[in-house]
Amino acid sequence: MATITRPSPGAPAGGELRRRTHPVRVDIARALPLTPAVLLLLVFLAGPILWCVYAAFTNIALTGAGSGDTQFVGLANFREAFSSKDFANSVVLTLVFTVLSAVVGQNLLGLALALLQKRAAPVVRALVGATVIGAWVIPEVVAGYLWYAFLAQDGTLNEIIGGLGLSQNWLYTLPIVAVSLANVWRGTAFSMLVYNAALSEIPAEIEEAAEMDGATGWGRLRHVTIPMIRRTVTTNLMLITLQTLSVFGLIYTMTKGGPGTKSQTLPLYMYEQAFSFSQIGYGTAIALVLLVVGAVFSLVYMRLLREDG
Amino acid sequence: MRRRTFLTAAGLGAGTALGTAACGGGSSEGSSDTATVKVAYQQWGSGTVMKDYLTGVKQAFDSANSGTTLELVPIVASENDYYTKLQLMMRSPRTSPDVVYEDTFLINSDITAGYLQPLDSWLESWEEWDQFQDVAKGAAKAGDGKTYGVPDGTDTRALWFNRQLLTQAGLPEQWAPTTWDELLAACREIKGKLPGVTPINVYAGKAAGEAASMQGFEMVFYGTGTTLYDPDSETWNVGSPEFRDSLQFIKTLYDEKLAPDPSIALDAQVGNRVSEEFLPGGTLAIALDGSWQSSNWLETGGAPWPEWNDVMGQAPMPTRDGSEPGSISMSGGWTWAMTKNTSSADNAWKAISTLTAFDNNLRYNINSAAVAVRKDVATDPEYTGSNPTLEFFSSLVPVTQYRPQNTEYPRVSNEIQVAMEAVVTGQASVSEAADTYDEAVKGIVGEDKTGTF
Repeated sequence: MATITRPSPGAPAGGELRRRTHPVRVDIARALPLTPAVLLLLVFLAGPILWCVYAAFTNIALTGAGSGDTQFVGLANFREAFSSKDFANSVVLTLVFTVLSAVVGQNLLGLALALLQKRAAPVVRALVGATVIGAWVIPEVVAGYLWYAFLAQDGTLNEIIGGLGLSQNWLYTLPIVAVSLANVWRGTAFSMLVYNAALSEIPAEIEEAAEMDGATGWGRLRHVTIPMIRRTVTTNLMLITLQTLSVFGLIYTMTKGGPGTKSQTLPLYMYEQAFSFSQIGYGTAIALVLLVVGAVFSLVYMRLLREDG
Repeated sequence: MRRRTFLTAAGLGAGTALGTAACGGGSSEGSSDTATVKVAYQQWGSGTVMKDYLTGVKQAFDSANSGTTLELVPIVASENDYYTKLQLMMRSPRTSPDVVYEDTFLINSDITAGYLQPLDSWLESWEEWDQFQDVAKGAAKAGDGKTYGVPDGTDTRALWFNRQLLTQAGLPEQWAPTTWDELLAACREIKGKLPGVTPINVYAGKAAGEAASMQGFEMVFYGTGTTLYDPDSETWNVGSPEFRDSLQFIKTLYDEKLAPDPSIALDAQVGNRVSEEFLPGGTLAIALDGSWQSSNWLETGGAPWPEWNDVMGQAPMPTRDGSEPGSISMSGGWTWAMTKNTSSADNAWKAISTLTAFDNNLRYNINSAAVAVRKDVATDPEYTGSNPTLEFFSSLVPVTQYRPQNTEYPRVSNEIQVAMEAVVTGQASVSEAADTYDEAVKGIVGEDKTGTF
C-alpha cells in the first residue's frame, strides 16, 4: 500500500513496471504533437542559456581580436573578474542594493502596508492601494527619471528643504541610497499585494482566539500572523531578491552607475563590459556570477524556511 | 478533447513558426532587378544634418546609376549603442549593410574583427583620392598598410571663451594663453573678479565619457610632448611623470574651484549643459571643447544663439610651457567604409565615392561645421565663408594629434576617466590615481606592451 501512494522514484517496484508497459506507447503518440513546442523551447530558452555558459569561457567580443578569432580561454574571464577591484566593488554594491531595497525596504514596507490596510477604512485602503500600485505600473525608465528629477541638484527635494541648508545633489552624495530608495518606491506594491493575499487567508477565529488569550498587537503579529504567513514571506523574499538583483533600467536612468562606480551594481558593470567595451565573453562570465549570487540567496531562503518548519 | 485541441493548435503553431523561419533564410537574396546598396549611419536626437545630406546623395546616386539604388539604414542609437548595433549587424551576411559610417578611433578594432575590406584596389584608380590631405588618408589605414575607409571630415579642439566676461575680468579681447600657467592665471583672475561665473570647463570623469578623455585629459597630456601610445614600438606609456603633471593640472582646476563643482562635472548631462546652458547663459567663461560647438548655436542646432559669434572667441590650447609647436589639438573624425559581407563590392565602392565626392562633401562639411579633409573643399569660398570659426579650427590641423588607433584604446580611455574622476573628487591623490591607471593599463594590454617614454 505504501509503495503505491508514495513510490520511491529511484527504484520502481516490479508491479509498477508491468503496469506501465502498455501506456508507454500511448505516451509517445501523445507526446508527438508536443515535440515542435519542446524543440522551440530548447532552441529559444535553453539555447541562449547554454550559449551564455559557452561564451563565458571564451574571449568572444563584438569587435577586435576576440571577434574575428574567438578562442576558448578557460577560466581566464573569471580570474580577471575576481582580481578586479571594479568587480568587487560591484558585488558589494549589488548586495547593499539588494538588502537595502528588497529584503529590508520592499519587504518590510510591503508587510506594514498590508497589515495597516487590513484595518483601514475601505476608502483609505482603495486610495493607498491605487497609489502604491500606480508606482509599480509606471515603466522603469519613467520611474528612474522621476526620481532623478526629484533628487537632482535643482530637483524637487532640494526646493522643499532648501531653507534647511541641506540642499545637495543626492545622486552625487548618496548614490546607492538614492537608487535603493527609488527601487523601494517602485517595488513595494508587489510585496504589498503578496502579503495582502496571505493575510486574507488567515482565519479570523485564530486572531480572535489570540486576542481572547490576552495577546497584544505585537504579540499577535510575532506569534500568530508571521508564523502563519511564513511560506509567503520566503516566496516573496525570493521573488523580490531575484527581481532586484537584475535591476538595470532604474539605475541606468538615474545615475548610469555613477558618480564613478559608486552605484555600479553587477548588471551595470556587465553592460559596461559587454557593450561599452565589447567584451561579450567577460560580460557573460559576470552574468553567470550574478546567477550564482541569485542561487545563494535562494538557498539561504529555502534553508530558513526549512529550519523554521 | 479540449486538451487535444490545444496540443494540435500548439503543434500547428510551432510548425508554422518553423516554416516561416526557414523561408526567411531564402528571401534575403535579391529578388528584383534593382540592386540595393545599404548605407548605415547613426541617427540620434533631433539633428537632421546627416539625414538631409544622405537623402541628397541618394537622389544623385539613384539618377546617376540606373538599376542601382541607395537604401539608407539609420541606426537610431546613442554613440556607444551605435557601435554595438552596427557590429551586431556586420557579424552576419544576412543583416550586414554594404557601406558603414565608422569612427576613426574604432575602425581599427573593426578591421581586426574582420568586418571590413580594404579599398586600395579602387583608391589606386580614383583620381579624387589625391585631393585628400595626407594626414586624413592615414586616418583609416590599418596595421597591414591598407586603407579601409574614406574620411569625410575631421574636427579639432581648442579653448572657446566668452569675450565679454574676459574683458570684464581685465583680460585682452584677443586672449591667447601661451602656457598652462597663463591659463591658470587667467582663470584665477576671472574667479576673483566675477563671482558667480565658473572660469573654465574641462571635462573630467566617466559621465562625460570619451569627451573627458579627449577634450579633457589628452588636450592637456599631449601638450607635455609625450603620447599615450607609441605605434612604432607598439607600447603604451605607463609611469610617465607627464601623466602625473597632467592629472595635477586638472586637479588644481577643480581644487581651486576654477572648474564646475564635481556634482555638475560628473553628471551625465554636463556636455549638453555646457553648450546649451552655461556658455550661452554667460555663467562659464572658458570651455576646452570641440570645433563643432558652434553647430549647436546655428539656427538648425539644439540651442540657437544668434549672437554667438560676437560673444565667443577661440584660442589654441597651449602646450605646458609653450614649447614647440606652442599649441596642441586632438582630432577625430569619421570615415565611410565597406563591409566584408557586402553583396556587391563594386556598387558599394560607387556609393562610397559618391558620398565623398566634391559636391557632397562640401555640403556636408558646411552643414556639420566640420574641418574639411579635401583640399578642394578646404579652399572653396563657399566653405570658408560658411562659418567664421572654420579658419581658426582648420589652422590647428598642423599641430593636431590623433588618438591611439587600436583595439585597446576604448578601455584605456575608460581608465583615464577613472583616474581623472578620482583626483577631481579627492578620492585619491594624483600619485595613487596614476598608479591605479598604470596597473589597469598593464592588465588591459599586457605588461610586455608597456613602457615609460
